[in-house]
Amino acid sequence: MRQREPFVDTSPFVRDSVVPTTCYMCACRCGIRVHMRDGRIRYIDGNPEHPVNRGVLCAKGSAGIMTQNAPSRLRSPLLRVGPRGAGEFREIGWEEAFAVATGWLDPIRKTDPRKLAFFTGRDQSQALTSWWAQQFGTPNYAAHGGFCSVNMAAAGLYSIGGAFWEFGEPDWEHTRYFMMFGVAEDHASNPIKIGLGKLKGRPDDRRAKFVSINPVRTGYSAIADEWIGIRPGTDGLFVMALIHELLRAGKIDLHYLAQYSNAAWLVIDNPGKADHGLFARDQYGRPLVWHREWQEAVEAGRPDGAPALTGRVTLSDGRSARPSFELMAERYLDPEYAPEAVAERSGIDAATIKRIAAEVAHAAFEQAFELEVRDWWTDTSGGRHGRFLGRPVSMYAMRGISAHTNGFHTCRALHLLQMLLGTIDVPGGFRYRPPFPRLSPPPAQPSGYANEVRPETALPGVPLGFPSGPDKLLVDANGKPLRIDKAFSWDAPLALHGMMHMVIHNAWAGDPYPIDTLFMYMANMSWNSSMNTAGTMRMLTDKDPATGEYRIPHIIYSDAYFSEMVAYADLILPDTTYLERHDCISLLDRPISDGDSVADSIRQPVVKPDRDVRPFQDVLLDLGARLKLPGCINEDATPRYPGGYPDYMVNHERKPGTGMLAGWRGHDGALIGRGPKNPKQLDRYKRNGCFWQTEIPDSGRYYRFANRDYLEWAVGMGFIDRVEPLTLQLYSEPLQKFRLAAEGHGTAQPPDSERERIRTYFDPLPFWYPPFEEAAFNDADYPLHAITQRPMHMYHSWGTQNAWLRQIQTQNFLYVGQETARKHALADGDWVWIVSPHSRVKAPIRIMDGVNDDTVWTWNAIGKRAGAWSLAPDAPEAQKGFLLNHVISELLPPRADGYRHSNSDPVTGQAAWYDLRVRLEKCAVEEAGQTEPRFETLPRPTGLPEPLALLRYGARFRRKKDRRSQP
Amino acid sequence: MTSLPTAPSTKRLGLVIDLDICVGCHACAVACKEWNSGGHAGPLTDFAPYGADPDGVWFNRVHSFEVTDGYNDTNTVHFPRSCLHCETPACVTVCPTGASFKRAEDGIVLVAEDLCIGCKLCSWACPYGAREYDANEGVMKKCTLCVDRIYNENLDAAERVPACVSCCPVSARHFGDLGDDKSDISRLVAARGGVDLMPELGYKPINQYLPPRPRRNRGGETGAGDSLADIAPPDAGGSTLHPFLRWVDRVLSD
Repeated sequence: MRQREPFVDTSPFVRDSVVPTTCYMCACRCGIRVHMRDGRIRYIDGNPEHPVNRGVLCAKGSAGIMTQNAPSRLRSPLLRVGPRGAGEFREIGWEEAFAVATGWLDPIRKTDPRKLAFFTGRDQSQALTSWWAQQFGTPNYAAHGGFCSVNMAAAGLYSIGGAFWEFGEPDWEHTRYFMMFGVAEDHASNPIKIGLGKLKGRPDDRRAKFVSINPVRTGYSAIADEWIGIRPGTDGLFVMALIHELLRAGKIDLHYLAQYSNAAWLVIDNPGKADHGLFARDQYGRPLVWHREWQEAVEAGRPDGAPALTGRVTLSDGRSARPSFELMAERYLDPEYAPEAVAERSGIDAATIKRIAAEVAHAAFEQAFELEVRDWWTDTSGGRHGRFLGRPVSMYAMRGISAHTNGFHTCRALHLLQMLLGTIDVPGGFRYRPPFPRLSPPPAQPSGYANEVRPETALPGVPLGFPSGPDKLLVDANGKPLRIDKAFSWDAPLALHGMMHMVIHNAWAGDPYPIDTLFMYMANMSWNSSMNTAGTMRMLTDKDPATGEYRIPHIIYSDAYFSEMVAYADLILPDTTYLERHDCISLLDRPISDGDSVADSIRQPVVKPDRDVRPFQDVLLDLGARLKLPGCINEDATPRYPGGYPDYMVNHERKPGTGMLAGWRGHDGALIGRGPKNPKQLDRYKRNGCFWQTEIPDSGRYYRFANRDYLEWAVGMGFIDRVEPLTLQLYSEPLQKFRLAAEGHGTAQPPDSERERIRTYFDPLPFWYPPFEEAAFNDADYPLHAITQRPMHMYHSWGTQNAWLRQIQTQNFLYVGQETARKHALADGDWVWIVSPHSRVKAPIRIMDGVNDDTVWTWNAIGKRAGAWSLAPDAPEAQKGFLLNHVISELLPPRADGYRHSNSDPVTGQAAWYDLRVRLEKCAVEEAGQTEPRFETLPRPTGLPEPLALLRYGARFRRKKDRRSQP
Repeated sequence: MTSLPTAPSTKRLGLVIDLDICVGCHACAVACKEWNSGGHAGPLTDFAPYGADPDGVWFNRVHSFEVTDGYNDTNTVHFPRSCLHCETPACVTVCPTGASFKRAEDGIVLVAEDLCIGCKLCSWACPYGAREYDANEGVMKKCTLCVDRIYNENLDAAERVPACVSCCPVSARHFGDLGDDKSDISRLVAARGGVDLMPELGYKPINQYLPPRPRRNRGGETGAGDSLADIAPPDAGGSTLHPFLRWVDRVLSD
């Protein structure tokens, strides 16, 4: 049959306008363009100009329309009317909501500000929220870093003055050997994917090898040249064995170490005394090194220094000392860290470890290269150089390293490996992202010491900081924690991001003290953001039998969506979506800069809310003004930021000239970094795609820890106060100070019960120990590791409410290896009980090859509580989807005296999600088909609509059906 | 039944998908869904989007699976699947109404919905599972190669590529004229040994897949040896520490 070819309109009308803003479908902060037609979103795509994503966009970002239109969006402030947890509310107006909130918060502030615990989840406004907590006067503030990645941040900031994720990135252009350790697949989502694409797309003569070290081979690991299916929690062993090999073979960069790290600094050897293990210093406090030619101690960093890296020396005062390098070499050359010694525990055979070490050395030293610098660069000693020496080995690591009780030391070991190779901030290696590097550790101490917490008084600084030693802990005279989460106490001295995962437990237990109001933002604590989920729900609803009152008396919660947490709050402050508000991606918070440039960005409202909701940041500023918090009001007590968050973004200053946004400062917008306020600043951002970016001078792009060109530029930008070199911390003196305290030296003393723990884990050099849960329980009872990861198309619990993303996945399985399946006689689709020392959960299984033999795993946060997120109660997410959270305890097994530490890294308080040990028990036939534990179906909060049964998004954009009648 | 163009142009627009780079992130699938929901074949109806069995129309789906080389080595492969715009597509020739057609101008296979009677013969004929029936509208839908983007004068020139290509974060997707040997994507196919999907069926797919390259996971492939030699022989006790420290001194003194 011959037909005339039907007519196709190849140039249909697309959009009335394009509005740039910043994505928030995950934490990447990509630039997006929202294409609008007839007042509605036609589509969203990536902004090609944007520094983060350069025009690409992930599945989550492209599905933004469906989150914007999700039926789970909260519609109005809600006040609880039924028992807590039942989900019974009445809609109230904002005035009533503010009245309720101030009714709880005002008396707290006037009596004991600590009784407010203010914790925020995955928000990107920590510069605002921490400042607000400071104004309120409570030390009990943190964001979600404590259960996310604080091990990475702490190990990085205490070692190299930067870190993976937001503070550093691989040099994708130049690297020849890239090692990725345990990355959550949605992390740094588009930048990593863009980088991997570059790496894999290289011409043959510049090919790079990509090695993925991960117990599971999915996603990124699937395209790696080599996948190393390591046993969870043993990455430190693997890394230290690589170090062993490199040392043994002399494949390290001695000059880099001597010049840029504290490898040559002399460590006092005076066992049992108060100065043991500290750096020898001169009368001005400058660390000393041994001059090889003069045979005497001189201050570190002298241009004419010839520092020794070996040899015991006697100082002029008679004390004995050795360069920290020698202590390091002694440790890692020990057969304990030889490949043969770690092979069995790590699940990687010795030959592979040796080969990887040889490959790393080959890339670093045989493929070394020089990058010419047009204008030359000047080091901090005044030396001028026409080239940057490159050592093209790069690394990236995230949650898989972080979420273990040995994660801090493992991450330190990674940085030590980078230092030994001389690959930190060199071409082809790891690159800082401004405003990093910073001094290591940064000089800011936490706030909230006993004399600082007073009624109606702001704290002197923001609550979180970087303790430089035991005298900076937030503890009382008896060593008892001053913070509700016990961050910065002897339990977790370097808990830089707080310990959000312990707040509910501690508030419920009244340990270290009871609180009055728990105020949370965007954190699904009654479900996938807590360990011991069922227990957490009980704590949130538990009453004191003596008074009949809830043990946590008041709970205020802000969220944009009907998450599982909503039912557990007394007062709900509904937030907008990301397309309905202003936001600020500030350099004071989590920067979006890259190795070559500094950048910040904003969000702007694209659509008007069709509900009675307000941006949380606006609400916080309004609430602050009503509470008369110092920074929130003028001298005449009128609100200081009546225009809400956009007003604050432009007009708030941390110190004169330094505000939330670094672009277009000054009256005419001509200044960058620092400068007077610019009332038209936001307009300039909006005209520029909602971001600002400035390139670092060519001569300041590498060796920034000792690059005068960079440091001078950074001073000009306001990132640092003065030009001074940053010394890479191969040996960590702050850690040794804690160890000395544990040994009885100094005035800040741990309780006796904590001494051994502090002494052990505050080792100034990285070491490996088994994760605590693994050490506490018998391998025969719990032979398997159980871990989770997030799929690339979902972000935490948010993905499920999205009509498109949930079609990609509505349930998760427990993935088990072939050997485990054989042992348990399991077939695809069988159901098992996953039994941990804490509890058990029931799940369907799938068998796969690409998983470590001792490991089972699943996708995180797919399982949902029935009814939540406006899904049908019989949705697979609720019937078959499951959480491993149910079987993870927030507490470690009891010590001899009954005390239970949190299930966290002993140094940083990082939640140890991946320490989980389990065994599998095959379900009986009649048990299969539905997950357990189960909880009552949550009712939809009043006012939320019935979800659509049929979705025809976009139908209205199609003008008319194509007609073939056209000629 | 429907005829193929009698005088087709040599232009064969299509996609090249690099399986060596694809990480299976579903970005292409969702960007496709998003653009096309409001595009030429929109809406892409979703049934029970918040219910127990959500099921919608998608033109592009990504499958991830493990494959074995037959010995003891396995790999994980991510495989995006959409219409291949075959040169001799059975989905067109089986169409009883002329609704399913292949454009003479560029080879894109489309459905004219107002001619479609929803008989589904085309979906039975397509061995690649590329056709998507919209039960709410009673018509068949499919990948349009973003025919309403690639020529669209209302878009900037840089935007005139399929949505799945412009969004791809790893640059695993490429668009162009596979009928032109000199086009960038034809050269890419030649350089990387691009393959037809199921060529034995004879439909001559235009879209090409670039197979995963051999992994470099064995010794010697980066130029390095299998292990490193000691920098100095161990001392009498077998310790490497002191020989190592002596080496350090020597290097620093040079």
